[in-house]
Amino acid sequence: MSTGAVTARDPAVEWVLPSRGRVGMVGLIVAESAIFTIFVVAYLFYVGKSRTGPLPGDVLHVPVVLTICLLSSSVTIHRAVTALLRSRTSAFVLWWAATIGLGAVFLLGTAREWQHLIYDEGLTIRTNLFGTTYYSLVGLHAFHVTLGLLGLALVLLLALGRRVRREHSERLEVLSMYWHFVDAVWVVVFTVVYVIGR
Amino acid sequence: MSTTPIAWTGSDPAQRPLVERLHEWVTTVDHKRLGVLYIVFALICLVIGGIEAAIMRIQLIAPSNDFVSPQVFNRMFTMHGTTMIFFVAMPLVFGFANYLVPLMIGARDMAFPRLNAFSFWLTAFGGLLLHFSFLGGSGLYGAGTAPDVGWFAYAPLTAKTFSPGHSTDYWTLSLLVSGFGSIGTAINLVTTIVCMRCPGMTLGRMPLFAWLSLTMAGLVILAVSPLSAAQIMLLVDRYLGGHFFDTQAGGSAVLWMHFFWVFGHPEVYVLVIPAFAYASEIIPVFSRKLIFGYAVMVAATVCIGFISMSVWAHHMFTVGMSPAANGFFVLSTMAIAVPTGIKIFNWLATMWGGKIQFRTPMLFCIAFLFQFLIGGLTGVMLASAPLDWQLGSSYFLVAHFHYVIVGAILFAAFAAFYYWFPKFSGRMCSEALGRLHFWLFLIGFHLTFDCMHVPGILGMPRRIYTYEPGRGWDTWNLLVTIGVVFQALGTLVFVANLVWSYLKGDAAGSDPWDAWTLEWSTDSPPPAYNFAVLPVVRSRRPLWDLKHPEDPDWKYEGEG
Repeated sequence: MSTGAVTARDPAVEWVLPSRGRVGMVGLIVAESAIFTIFVVAYLFYVGKSRTGPLPGDVLHVPVVLTICLLSSSVTIHRAVTALLRSRTSAFVLWWAATIGLGAVFLLGTAREWQHLIYDEGLTIRTNLFGTTYYSLVGLHAFHVTLGLLGLALVLLLALGRRVRREHSERLEVLSMYWHFVDAVWVVVFTVVYVIGR
Repeated sequence: MSTTPIAWTGSDPAQRPLVERLHEWVTTVDHKRLGVLYIVFALICLVIGGIEAAIMRIQLIAPSNDFVSPQVFNRMFTMHGTTMIFFVAMPLVFGFANYLVPLMIGARDMAFPRLNAFSFWLTAFGGLLLHFSFLGGSGLYGAGTAPDVGWFAYAPLTAKTFSPGHSTDYWTLSLLVSGFGSIGTAINLVTTIVCMRCPGMTLGRMPLFAWLSLTMAGLVILAVSPLSAAQIMLLVDRYLGGHFFDTQAGGSAVLWMHFFWVFGHPEVYVLVIPAFAYASEIIPVFSRKLIFGYAVMVAATVCIGFISMSVWAHHMFTVGMSPAANGFFVLSTMAIAVPTGIKIFNWLATMWGGKIQFRTPMLFCIAFLFQFLIGGLTGVMLASAPLDWQLGSSYFLVAHFHYVIVGAILFAAFAAFYYWFPKFSGRMCSEALGRLHFWLFLIGFHLTFDCMHVPGILGMPRRIYTYEPGRGWDTWNLLVTIGVVFQALGTLVFVANLVWSYLKGDAAGSDPWDAWTLEWSTDSPPPAYNFAVLPVVRSRRPLWDLKHPEDPDWKYEGEG
């Protein structure tokens, strides 16, 4: 080192910056929001422009139960992280497992809806513009739910092996930010696909 | 003291076997090594993209020439544009930001070192994928084909019907892969700047380079993501039989244009804001003066970042939009000239009354200022919709954006090379070769791109593979191609200078330019940990404070 640093650190000076995990996750969420925005714009632009059926009004049913499941999983993950902050590990595991269960129910429900649309209604991604935009937008969201579930399941496995402790709560908060984002996107997708687009 | 045979790898890197050293480069997560990898990757692609441009210019040197076929010509302009934007300009910008931002803000690495390495290798893989299309485009039998749909790949030309084979798939996949790499690096840069600053480095004391990198990274997050989304849609169309851009099924070709240019215009600022950053660091040092109007420079940059998100459809005046849309995009495009003009005046005011040292980095910066002004002025011309209907998609437009990308961005990047090469390598660049490079490239640049405006005004459309004699375009095209020879020679001198200086250059020491930002406070090249003790700063020029304890900046900066 030639000159070394400029001056030695003064321990009396308070110097606190935001946590890397949170800021990085906010960056990821902004990027993902931009991606979803483009898909939502395409969906809205093509509402009513399909040249052939089936049309959304004929085949889509509002998935009320699934929506309740996914949105309430935001509450359970929040309670899980709060429990961990108070070092109540077993409560954490229970709430965390409940989150995974609710997310899995949502994913299964989407799968059954797709099965109905494909085999009973004959709507595939290549049928018409509605099919293309519907499967792309809902599929992109379901892909994010799947990614989130994989992350949550990894944490659950570690927790069952008693590897998750209070000092990990900040990392889990970062993961829960992602999960809240996936839920918030569903509010937009729900509004666009099942309210405006029908 | 008994000597134990410990393999001490830290002392003399030259004595370790080559394989071991290469392995270190491949597995590194050090921001400085990744920065160098980005820059070397960009330089290799610069040569490839330059050869593609030279092939086009040889074809256009004379009317009715048949140096290459029309098909090859289409591949050349597609590959040239895609390579230069995504695999030269972007990696160059990321390379300098990667290397310099942690050093300038007094950090030991980026916020997420492994994400950093992952992002670089995604970008490199994307570049490999794009160029592999020369071999794999039509599946290895028959002549290989590269993408030939143009760098903005308008629908429906990219549909399976009109682009059979896999050449377009290589294009879209390579941009998707490298796009994810860009987003990763951008998130990393933002997080580094927000969370990793050394004690005392408030936002108001950050070097302008860090501020401009922050704006650039924010724009990448907001601009490259829509491109990735559009590429996913194109893949759905091509592989799953979707109809996003399929006009036969009610899809819209214009929607692709909007999605592409929502990325495409902010992308211009993603590339030019780092050029501003280099100029904002270099001009004050070689004028021996503080940057003029620090706060205004930051405000103008952030302002440019915001406005650049709302100007994209000026690329689409010739498509035919409603008068309201035309009016909006004319006004927003002209508005962006205001903060840009502020910056030019601030650089001039920085030089005004300074003790200017005409070293190679400063020469390139002065050329940058002049050429960026001209490129900006033709930009204001093209921002006017009626003029754009006349000149859009002509060689005038090609000359305009090359004036910005080569005349401003590449010249500023050359300045950055000469300015920071001593820090990267520990050795000074040859001043004589640097001047030769500057003058060759300056002459070549002006011969090529000044002359290119004229055939555009005379009606020569872009992307034609040849033209008939007697339209008044012949001499101009000849001059344009002659300019390429000078630019190629200049680039050769540049590469020779880098290699020669790396091997034989004078030792640089830690601070050869008597500069003021933190990267000059550590060794050249910096050790893996950057700073043995994390610095504490009290002003915008920490090294000035250190060198002039009797007259430090922090006495005058207020709460700055």
